Amino acid sequence: MTLDTKTLVDELRDGNPRALARAITRIENRSKGYRELVGELHRHSTGADIIGVTGSPGSGKSTLVDKLAAAYRERDERVGIIAVDPSSPYSGGAVLGDRIRMGSAIGDDGIFVRSMSSRGSLGGLSGATADAVKAFDAAGMDRVIIETVGAGQNEVDIVKTADTVLVLVPPQSGDTIQMLKAGILEIADVFVVNKADLEGANRIVEELLEMIQLAPESEEETWRQPVIETVATSGTGVDTLCETVDEHLGFLDRTGLREVHARRRYEEEIRTLLRDEVGYLIEDEIEAHGGITELGEAVRNRETDPYAVVEEIVNPLRAYLSERS
Amino acid sequence: MSADRQQRTIRCMVAKVGLDGHDRGAHVIARAFRDAGFEVVYSGLHRAPEEVVQAAVQEDVDVLGVSILSGAHNTLIPKIIEGLREYDAFDDTLLLVGGVIPEEDAEHLKELGVAEVFGPGTSIQKTIEFIEEHAPDR
Repeated sequence: MTLDTKTLVDELRDGNPRALARAITRIENRSKGYRELVGELHRHSTGADIIGVTGSPGSGKSTLVDKLAAAYRERDERVGIIAVDPSSPYSGGAVLGDRIRMGSAIGDDGIFVRSMSSRGSLGGLSGATADAVKAFDAAGMDRVIIETVGAGQNEVDIVKTADTVLVLVPPQSGDTIQMLKAGILEIADVFVVNKADLEGANRIVEELLEMIQLAPESEEETWRQPVIETVATSGTGVDTLCETVDEHLGFLDRTGLREVHARRRYEEEIRTLLRDEVGYLIEDEIEAHGGITELGEAVRNRETDPYAVVEEIVNPLRAYLSERS
Repeated sequence: MSADRQQRTIRCMVAKVGLDGHDRGAHVIARAFRDAGFEVVYSGLHRAPEEVVQAAVQEDVDVLGVSILSGAHNTLIPKIIEGLREYDAFDDTLLLVGGVIPEEDAEHLKELGVAEVFGPGTSIQKTIEFIEEHAPDR
């Protein structure tokens, strides 16, 4: 079954889950015509709230995402979930297991869960995540929740993709210095101490609050990261978390930061796409110069050096561009 | 032309339906599929046919592999097929069944639209090759 882009987008906007699923697949596979598809989706997107959830493996991300989605459903909002799991660096395959913990979606067409492999991308998301968000948005989702890979220390991509970033911190996740160096602290809009019924939860909350106090004062309206305690398995604290997320979104709207962030997001997307495209052009050029193996061998034999090779490949391009300007 | 670099990956779902609680085999298969370069969505235990169908549609899998060791395949599999048809997803989903299935039942399931039935002792390599050969062309 091959649908043309227009039919696919029409059906997707009509609420056909299969059309939405197929659109995301085309985006992931970069199937023929996916650019037009994403363009069309972008035109039809209205700006769903995008909530990112990150935290170390086992911190309870999937369970919390499920409970959040259920809470939004109670308010009659439609929810799209993207759950990213790592791909194997060896085979490129992946086991996607987040869905197991997402029971709320069952039998409810108002929740759409899509598991994604990171497909080799570092930084916690897949290259296709941002475009999949557009598909959810165009399909009329009010909220899109993105769950990152969960490596814990380097998941900065989520900031570029989400309006509000929740960072899950389980009790007993080390002392304050661990958290200071983790690099994940700067990306949080809201800290969630999940599994708050476990020993050590109070201490983590105290330490987080203390660290947040260390942030410099400012004249402008700033957002002070709240610390919310939850027990995702029982749903305790989830309502408070929903309210806090809305407070943050309200703050973004009040200060105009939501537009600023959205614009930056697109700036970044444009840059990434350009880098990819130029990269492909260069790949073709490498082939035209005899292929990378040959070039590598030539460098090894001291016939040339890496910089000279690059110069030779890039020079015509540079000459063309400078001539044009 | 460099403009369209497709990154086609075979997506599978490994599903456990009904009451049987034995998922070791499903874990082994999920892992072998990953090592073969597939993306594998694992359903977890005790799923109802409707849940499996909904998940398979949302995940847009090429292959749906259902593992049943409880003997309830004659009830559960037709429900899955019916559900996939309702979503208009039956024709381009490769439906496989694994488990302890008597031969005459296997024949019956194939008549209903199951692409292949893999009984105990089937080598995983054989299953992977079957998928690579028969994964629907979309």
